[in-house]
This record gives sequence, C-alpha cells and structure tokens, in this order.
Amino acid sequence: MIRIEPRAATSKTFSIGVPVLSALIALGFAAIPLMAAGANPITAYGEMFKGVFGSVFSITEMLTRATPLIFTGLAAALAFRAKLWNIGGEGQLYLGAMAAVAIGSGVLDISGVLLVPIIILLGAAAGAAGMAAPTYLKIRFGADEVVTTLLLNFIILIFVQMMLEGPLQDPMGLGWPQSAPVLDQGMLPPLMDRMRVHSGLILAVVLAVIAQFMLARSVWGFKLRAVGENAAAARHAGINVKRSLYGVAIISGGLAGLAGVSEVAGLKGYLTADLSPGFGYTGIVVAMLAGLSPIGVVIAALFIASVFVGADGMSRAMGVSSFLADLVVSVSLLCVLVGGFIAKYRIVRSEKAGSAT
Amino acid sequence: MTDLLNILISESFWAASLRIATPLIFGVLGALLCERAGVLNLGIEGIFVVGAMCGWMAVWLGAGLWGGVLVAACAGAIFGLLHAILTVPLGLSQHVSGLGITLFATSASYFTYRTALPNVSSPPRIEPFQALDIPVLSDLPFLGPVLFQQTALTWLALLMVLLVWYVLQRTGLGVAIKAVGDNPDSVDAQGLSVYGLRMGAIVAGSALMALGGAFLTMSAFDAFFFGMVNGRGWVCIALVIFAGWQPGKALFGAVLFGAFDALQVRLQTEMGALVPGQIFLMAPYILSIIALVIAARSVDYPRALLTPWFKGQR
Repeated sequence: MIRIEPRAATSKTFSIGVPVLSALIALGFAAIPLMAAGANPITAYGEMFKGVFGSVFSITEMLTRATPLIFTGLAAALAFRAKLWNIGGEGQLYLGAMAAVAIGSGVLDISGVLLVPIIILLGAAAGAAGMAAPTYLKIRFGADEVVTTLLLNFIILIFVQMMLEGPLQDPMGLGWPQSAPVLDQGMLPPLMDRMRVHSGLILAVVLAVIAQFMLARSVWGFKLRAVGENAAAARHAGINVKRSLYGVAIISGGLAGLAGVSEVAGLKGYLTADLSPGFGYTGIVVAMLAGLSPIGVVIAALFIASVFVGADGMSRAMGVSSFLADLVVSVSLLCVLVGGFIAKYRIVRSEKAGSAT
Repeated sequence: MTDLLNILISESFWAASLRIATPLIFGVLGALLCERAGVLNLGIEGIFVVGAMCGWMAVWLGAGLWGGVLVAACAGAIFGLLHAILTVPLGLSQHVSGLGITLFATSASYFTYRTALPNVSSPPRIEPFQALDIPVLSDLPFLGPVLFQQTALTWLALLMVLLVWYVLQRTGLGVAIKAVGDNPDSVDAQGLSVYGLRMGAIVAGSALMALGGAFLTMSAFDAFFFGMVNGRGWVCIALVIFAGWQPGKALFGAVLFGAFDALQVRLQTEMGALVPGQIFLMAPYILSIIALVIAARSVDYPRALLTPWFKGQR
C-alpha cells in the first residue's frame, strides 16, 4: 500500500531546485505544441534564445518586460504569504496607472523632483485602495476575496474605458480613447540612451530587497507569516489579525498600483485600456515560481519576461503563435505546484494495509 | 417608470434573460458539484474557454452540433481531471491549481485556435443551434417565446438543473458526494473512496462548465473570439455562494443575473444619452459582488471545502 507522508524538513536544494526544474520542464513540454504547429523545437528554442539574448536591445526589452512583473509578483507573494488571496493585481495596476495620468498629465505642473514622488505615491495609494476595499468586505462580511478581486478586475477595466472616453481623454487625441501624456518632468528617467528600459526597474528591485528584509527580519514580517500559517494561533498569541490583513492588503495593492505607474510613467507615457497584457495574472505565476520569496520574485520575473520576449522573437521568425509563451508560463505554474508537493511529502510503501491508521 | 414596466412584462425581455442565463446555469451547476464535494474549481473561467473553442472547432471540422457538444464536454472533463489529480490525491492548493488550470486552458485554446487559423481576420462562422419550434407550445402566449423558442442547449441546461438536484437530493451517490464535502472521514469509514468521489465530482462538474462555454459559440454566437468568456466563470463562482450550493437556487440566481443583464442592455438603449454606457456594462459584476456580500454571512459552506484529505492521516 502506498502512503503519503510529510518530510521532516524541506531542504534548501528543493526550494531552489523545484522552481528551476519546473521552468525547464515547462519549456520542454512546449516542444509538443511547437511540433504540432509544424516547427522544429530546437530551431524554435534557438530563435527564442536569440530573441532575448541576441543583442543589447533585446536584453533591455526583456528587463523592460520584467519590471511590471516584479511589482505584480511582489504584490501576489506578500499577500499570499498572509493567505490573503489577492487575484486583483490586474485591476490594481490600472488604478495606479489612472492615478498616474490623472495627476501627471498637467494638473500639477511642478518640478520633476516633486512630481515624480507624488505620482508614485498616489499611484500606490490608488492600488492600495483597490485591495483595501475587498479586504474590508472579507473581514466585515466574510465575502471571499478571491471572487471579489477577480470581479473587480473587470469592473476597473470598464471604469478605465469610461474615464478614457470621458474626463481622462486626451483633448488633443483626435477622439481616440487614450489619456493625455504624462508631463516630461513626471516621467521616470530612462536607464540607457535610446532604450526603453527605465528606472521603474530600479524601484522594483529596491522594493523587492526591502520586502525580503522586512519579511525575514521585522516584527511586521513575523506577524504576517504567523497570520498566514495559522490565523487562529496568531490571534491567540495576541496578534491583531485584522490589522495585519489590512496592512498587507495595502502594501500588496500598492505594489500592484506601482506596476501601473511604472508602465505609464516609465514606458508608454500615456494610458490606454490595453496597457497590460495580463501582468496582474502573470504576477501570480511569478510569485508561485518564486516560492513567495521577494528576491525570488525578481529572478522569476526575469525568467518569465524572457519567455515572453523570446516567444515574440520566435513568433516573428517562424510564424508560430506567441500564445506559446502563455502556455509555457501556465505549465510552469502547474509544474512548480507538483514540485512543491514532491519537496514537502514523500511517498512511502508500507507492507501491511491498514497499519497506517 | 412605465417604460421600465413595459420592459419587465415583455416576452422578449424574459426570453433574453433565460438566454443570457443559460451558460451561467451550466457554470453554476458545475461549480456547485465540485464545491459540494469539497473542492473549489477556479479553473472554471479557462474551462469555459476550452468548451467554447473545442465545441466550435468540432462543428467547424464537421462533427455536427451534438458532436460539438460532446467534444466540448470531454475537453472540459480532461482539464477537470487535471485539476482533480492536483487537488485531490496530491492535495495541492485549490486556489493556485485552479488559477493555473484557467491560465493553461485559456492559453492552450488560444494557441490551438491561432495555429489552426493563422491568418484570419474575421473568425469563420458555423451554423449554430436554432430556436426550437415546438408545435402548439411555441404559440402559447408569453410562455411560448420565453420557454419554447429557446435553443436545445437552454433546455439541456434546465434538464441538468433537475438532474443535479435529483442526484444530490434523491440518490445514495448524492448523499456520498455531499458527505465527502462535509466530512470525508465519515465517508472513508464507510469504505467508500474519498478520492474517487471527489475526483468524479470535479470531472463531471468541469464537463458541465465546458457546456456553458460551448453555448457561447454554438448558440449565443456562431464563432469563437478571444476574450469572449469575459469573466462569466468568475460570476458563476459568486453565484454558487449566493445560491447556498442548492441547484434550485442556482437556477434562480442565474436567471436573476440574466434578467439584470438583459435589463441593462435595454436601459442602455433608452438612457444611453444621459449616462455613459460603461455604467451598465459594470452593473452585472457589481451585482455579483453585492449578491456575494449579502449571501456570505448567512451561508453554510461545505465544511471540508478547501481542505485536502489524505488516506491514512487523521
């Protein structure tokens, strides 16, 4: 008879090995759809690699793509640590982006030294509000935050479309549903000449390092982990669970809001309703690949950004649909889940049936 | 006010409500079945996409309409089986696995569609299910247009409500499914397979969800579009809680939702000049959240929902 038994301790090898193996297995699996689409997988992987690491430009494109994923990945990782299921990163991203263009496109015509921090703070605040509301509904009424945050994503996206055809529409935009551009001094400075990679990346990495430190070393981080592991025990130990949940909700929503700020004020310069190709949802995969560790989020975001940018290049070169990237990303999530199981449990063969109980 | 009344008593309004409710009826029943057995299935949104794509593609390749329905149900069942393996014997996080299934099912559908049709600008159309025209019944005043001029899939959905209700309330299998979602240890003690019951419920529930998607491409519309599911799966997850895991109330919730959706479309044409159209588009999602908040306090969740169970561990 076969039994499943928890391992005594999860080893370090597993916590790093599992995500790496999962990513590789997911890439391996992608050979099946590649062959189904009539492409030679080896050539396709070569094109993908070239698409990411073929030139300085392609590497900077990958970093540009990773930037919002670090923010949304951190948003998911911190919330999930407290078992607060924030699936609303996509909506919170748009709230942050809306705040950034609302304030940055001329309302406040002040020097960049002031304007940039104001845009960042307001964008984060808008995202934070977007997660505080469902957290309130959860704590006050017991409304499941998974469902409310998912539904809010749709509500917020429609709201963005309404704003872009109304108060936020660019008066000079010939009727297109897009916002007025963020003032030049309100833009996050670029990191390299003639490349799109911008200082939002620095902000994202710095926040990841701070989050790592806070989670591991601070009282706040300790309480957060306690609430996530066993809310009842945490309450018994005198931790204010509601306050911890609101705290992590605000930080998680704020981080997702910053993804929107960084896309608008770092990359695009203005807001359209197709700003994000699902960065909020992909952030969840990033967080899971990272094992919910903030530093891991940076690495996982770089990997997933490479898959997306590489698949774009491969798609251009070989005509295989770039939805392949979404396939690789989703399969790697499922692999890392199974890998987490293997790391946590072992399968035991016991001689006599029934001796287990 | 009289305008509103005129809408509410019109045949076309209630016919539209039931039509809009049909995919939700399938979806809510499917989610209900999974959750009654103790497993949340957030794969629903992606399984809708799979059902919509596979059903449509099977018909487009010449399988016939009912062949398409069968293909959609089987495709949904396959993704359901994957969710079942991950969440039942392996006991992995139902939240993350479900979201993973949604991402996987959606991207697999989109990739398949793009690979089969690389360069089409307007999606190829199929001949969808036609409204049933039952002699005599279709000519009844009011009931005729509302009930008897729907397509066969709407009738299948109503039939499924009865079937799920019957199985859950009147059969030993139903008692076992409900018990496995409330107290799996008691089911195990009786010598029944907790794994088997849970996995079976997830697979069957996922097949139902896929039928909801198939309705979209084979009855409501006649082609497959990216983004056409548009959150309907998530709405179903909210409606299950609103319905308190009861098939009858699930039907009521889905039709109520359909009625609000049909109403917003009609109000939009009447008041479009006064209020931005998006307010009406938001309304269904906001209503789902309100319904969830109202219901959340008083409902009894299946007691073992979200709790994995391992054989030989107490």
